[in-house]
Amino acid sequence: MTANAAPAQGAPPSRFARAGRNKVGDIALTVASGAAILMVLLILAVILGDVVLHGAPRLSLKFFFTAPQQGMTEGGIFPALIGTLAMVLLMTVAVVPVGVATAIYLREYAPPASLLTRGVRIAVANLAGVPSIVFGLFGLGFFVQFVGGGLDRVFHAGARVWGQPALLWASLTMAVLTLPVVIVATEEALRAVPRELREASLALGATKFQTVLYVVLPQAVPGILTGTILAVSRGAGEVAPILFTGVAYFLPNLPRSLHDQFMHLGNHIYVLSTQSPDVDATRPLLYGTVLALLLLTFVLNLSAVVVRAKMRRRFAGGAQ
Amino acid sequence: MSPPSVTSQDRNQDRNQDRPTKLAVRDLSVFYGEKRALAPMTMDIPEKHVTALIGPSGCGKSTYLRSLNRMNELIPSCRVTGDVRLDGEPIYGPGIDPVVVRRRIGMVFQRSNPFPKSIFENVAYGLRIGGMKSREDIAGRVERALSQAALWSEVKERLQDSALGLSGGQQQRLCIARALAVEPEVLLMDEPASALDPIATAHIEELIDELSHDYTVVIVTHNMQQAARVSDWTAFFYMGELVEYDRTNNIFTKPSKSKTEDYITGRFG
Repeated sequence: MTANAAPAQGAPPSRFARAGRNKVGDIALTVASGAAILMVLLILAVILGDVVLHGAPRLSLKFFFTAPQQGMTEGGIFPALIGTLAMVLLMTVAVVPVGVATAIYLREYAPPASLLTRGVRIAVANLAGVPSIVFGLFGLGFFVQFVGGGLDRVFHAGARVWGQPALLWASLTMAVLTLPVVIVATEEALRAVPRELREASLALGATKFQTVLYVVLPQAVPGILTGTILAVSRGAGEVAPILFTGVAYFLPNLPRSLHDQFMHLGNHIYVLSTQSPDVDATRPLLYGTVLALLLLTFVLNLSAVVVRAKMRRRFAGGAQ
Repeated sequence: MSPPSVTSQDRNQDRNQDRPTKLAVRDLSVFYGEKRALAPMTMDIPEKHVTALIGPSGCGKSTYLRSLNRMNELIPSCRVTGDVRLDGEPIYGPGIDPVVVRRRIGMVFQRSNPFPKSIFENVAYGLRIGGMKSREDIAGRVERALSQAALWSEVKERLQDSALGLSGGQQQRLCIARALAVEPEVLLMDEPASALDPIATAHIEELIDELSHDYTVVIVTHNMQQAARVSDWTAFFYMGELVEYDRTNNIFTKPSKSKTEDYITGRFG
């Protein structure tokens, strides 16, 4: 100990003086973690800075509201923007009810230690680890060929209506990809609802169903929204799952029905950067599109965050 | 705060009157997994009286209370044997819906647990889930329940405010009002005042006294003075067994078991 080792020079050293070794550790850790944070911020700044710097001049109402022209070296991103929004919306409509229902079953109804419950949990965890291109192939095989092809055989005498890549199949494939996110977030949210509230409801003669519907779920809504935000951000950015299931290289028109193909911002970026006849000419367009995708994800996230904050405020605290 | 309307003289008179049995407990025993939490016990809980359950922590009094309205069933490993009858009707047994049992036997918990809803909606909750639709009926019952819980005058101006903005004592009275709104016959209270300051506790005790005119009240308490103040009958639990059950006066003045005497005189627990 320093206190013992140091000879008395003037005032005796405090018995609480810290051992030098610990101080060195503190400093080293502070420097290392500070450097790590700095690196992360730097990377983010470079990416965002580059995109904003080159992309911002391209952004205009015309850019958002016109279709690509002149072999995609001119014009805007309207079909891709609408296609992405439509896909994300359909995906959300599909994934939230299924994910929330699954989480409610797992958390509220399933016997916790049963083989089935454990099996479902393992399946969900594994689903989250599957590479996204595999989801794309799954979507092609299951939704497009099996479900879509089956529908055609039954209702359209074998004519191709549903049995081809389409907005609906892409959205459903993306929904399967984001399902674990929603399930896990909802389960966490349900877990966080205090037992006291459930007991209060049950002690008043509520059934389990009423308790879940009127007490547990309303409490869990902010958490469910968090899951939805994550799912939406993921869904807006992923391209691999929709590659075989519905996205189009170029479409001058918007999709008119669920069985039409659609354009997607992420795919459009890929197309612009690799498939263009004149890469240099498309570069400004490419920057603009990347910025638009970032903005779209940001706006989607922000709106969900705002809604969540509103829900939390509604009854938290509540004193006048 | 107005003094209790009944003088202690009247109260003692009242305490000595025999009332019909509301809850008849026969050989009730509770297990958690293989472990027995309550030894078989038999007890008659009189109608429109206050029955206090006292004893040191972990003696099984809360477990006992929760087995009177089948709340213990929410713990997966919990198993109950024996018989509990409400007005002669068994509450355990095939075909008995615990939901219906709990509507007739309400409960107030140790920690006040208002829903994160408005004051009004907290009290209306039990009515709505019970299928009551008419706004006027609901509003009338909410007002009556809040008045019974001695909270109406404090909250009538702000029924739409969040219940979480109330003080601790007000929240607990709100929980009592919420339980009363569904008009149960029996009210079980699990240490309803243990988290409250002395003034709020006095409020609750006064309230319990009032409620015993209309309801059968069973209250678990850590506080022996409280049991002596509010109850007509007292049951002393120790290590999962019912040691003694008698009129409160007798328990506190001439207990028949030495264990009871040791406990109430503060020699242990």
